[in-house]
Amino acid sequence: MKILFTSREALLCMLILAMLLSVGAVAKDFLNLSNLLSVYNDTSILIILALGQMLVIITRCIDLSVAANLALTGMAVAMLNGSYPDFPVPLLMLFGMLLGLSMGMINGLLVWKLQIPAIVVTLGTMSIYRGIVFLLSEGAWVNAHEMSETFMHIPRSLHLGVALLSWLSIMVIVIFYYFCRSSRSGREIYASGNSPTAAFYTGIDVGRNQFIAFSISGLLAGLCGYLWVSRYAVAYVDVAAGFELQVISACVIGGISIMGGRGTVVGCVLGAMFIGVINNALPVIGVSPFWQMAISGSVIVLAVIASSKAEKKSGRIILKSAAIVPSR
Amino acid sequence: MEKITEQKWQLPKGWLKVNKLPWEFFLVLITVLVFAVNSFASPYFLDVWNLSDATFNFVEKAIVALPLAMLIICRDIDLSIASIIALSSVAMGFAAQYGLGLELIVIIGISVGILCGLFNGWVVTHFDIPAIVVTIGTMSLFRGISYILLGDQVLKDYPDGFEYFGQGYLYWVFSFEFGLFLLATVFFYVLLHKTNFGRRCYAIGNNPTAAFYSGINVKRHRLMLFVIVGALAGVAAVLLTSRLGSTRPTIALGWELSIITMVVLGGVNIMGGSGTIPGVFIAVFLMGIVTFGLGLLNVPGIVMSIIIGGMLISVIATPILITKFSRRET
Repeated sequence: MKILFTSREALLCMLILAMLLSVGAVAKDFLNLSNLLSVYNDTSILIILALGQMLVIITRCIDLSVAANLALTGMAVAMLNGSYPDFPVPLLMLFGMLLGLSMGMINGLLVWKLQIPAIVVTLGTMSIYRGIVFLLSEGAWVNAHEMSETFMHIPRSLHLGVALLSWLSIMVIVIFYYFCRSSRSGREIYASGNSPTAAFYTGIDVGRNQFIAFSISGLLAGLCGYLWVSRYAVAYVDVAAGFELQVISACVIGGISIMGGRGTVVGCVLGAMFIGVINNALPVIGVSPFWQMAISGSVIVLAVIASSKAEKKSGRIILKSAAIVPSR
Repeated sequence: MEKITEQKWQLPKGWLKVNKLPWEFFLVLITVLVFAVNSFASPYFLDVWNLSDATFNFVEKAIVALPLAMLIICRDIDLSIASIIALSSVAMGFAAQYGLGLELIVIIGISVGILCGLFNGWVVTHFDIPAIVVTIGTMSLFRGISYILLGDQVLKDYPDGFEYFGQGYLYWVFSFEFGLFLLATVFFYVLLHKTNFGRRCYAIGNNPTAAFYSGINVKRHRLMLFVIVGALAGVAAVLLTSRLGSTRPTIALGWELSIITMVVLGGVNIMGGSGTIPGVFIAVFLMGIVTFGLGLLNVPGIVMSIIIGGMLISVIATPILITKFSRRET
């Protein structure tokens, strides 16, 4: 019983359910299975990006360049499709993922080899990647009529009544669940974020793990680049501008500690879904979309306040001297 | 071992001292270089009026960069600055709509900034939460409130005389904004480098625990810094609103990142503990001159962001690389 009130995941789950039910009370159609699926489908990209961001945050870094990475791969993929409509789309997806991966690796290398703080590196690469989108496209848009049918169709195609986009995000969730809990590299990522010094003494290369986290985040951003462009059927320079903050918000709401080393896949997914439900529910209950930003802002502040209290309560101080934890 | 080092390619002896030179030296060097290149590249660059106009584009950001440098030295960060500017601009807009006087509008603008800073600081220090998370939240919160209040509307009924703050000139080509910026630089230079308050910033930034045990009221100090940043964001809001003559909820969108870029470029360690006001002062000019010069050459703004981003990374990376190489030699 106690776990229901203390664990972030259970609380978030109840909060999301309560939100769904109260919106359902106002607008009955909102709770239709098809609508719920479309809400989930709408949140899929956020979930995938948030999971990548989660790994980076767990290693005590932050990746501000995900949205720019997404925009660049999205534009590259869309332009390729525009010029070579016969190029097979799965290969195009692979190309996007590789492009995203290489951008993530650049971030990771700068953090690993030069030990520049991640926030500085990704602040820089964020504007560089976004600028390259402009250089690539010369400011032009790639519109729906310039994309091939299959290019736009693939994420929408239904399998067992669920869109492929949703299946992809479920796949990523399952892989991450396994990766974070049971794989060696996943545990090493947690270890190097939880206590870099201790990780170093156990023979874990902290920088290398940060590099891996950045690479995975970049890879997923590349995948999302294709998904985003094909879902919204348009590519332009400002695609997903400012989306990185929503991604980080999802992580923070989901209980990923910004100090590193703490956070679960389930929490992260729930955090992303929380934002997704708010985004989709507000228009339904007739609240102006202008409220959305303030609501997610106050939720972040409340969530971090709640988790700071929960963390303090958990665990009794047995040894007084052990209670003095050096900050940061 | 010695034989191996002899065979290797060696940096000239003088290079080894490079990493002992102050950061500001490099900044001045780069700035002078960029200035010289620019004056050759475009005949319009060296016009005093053009240069004066160019200052408008960065002075408002720079005014927030100065206190933010102190906050970052203290190991905190404030990502909500641009949102504070938006909220206080909205407040000023409504004050103007109710027909309040000039002084009251300015006071309201700055006090909204102070209140926002107080809220940030209170949450960060009272609940002991990393500033970056809190201010990511309040960034959405403050801008969200401006969206709720204003929606897709515009406020532009500012009284006569309000435009002076953003458009007026003190003397000849020296604008009011620029004068205020110089004043703010002197103020923060004295505050950070000549007072106890400033020394405490470095103490906290280097080791908060040690600072606490040596009797510094760490929480109060950090809270005060958040309030100062908020207040200066309010001042920037006054200048920006007055210069644009209108308020939309999207005002100053994305400024937080370019302001932080200025601070980091100025040699302030993002992990806290080191950095100077003169460094930030020069970095502000460096960024201003680069963007202005490129603008004269018809380079689009988004390409400038590539250059600024590349500058940010390479300026940080160069000294690290030099240290790495010189360490290998010795």
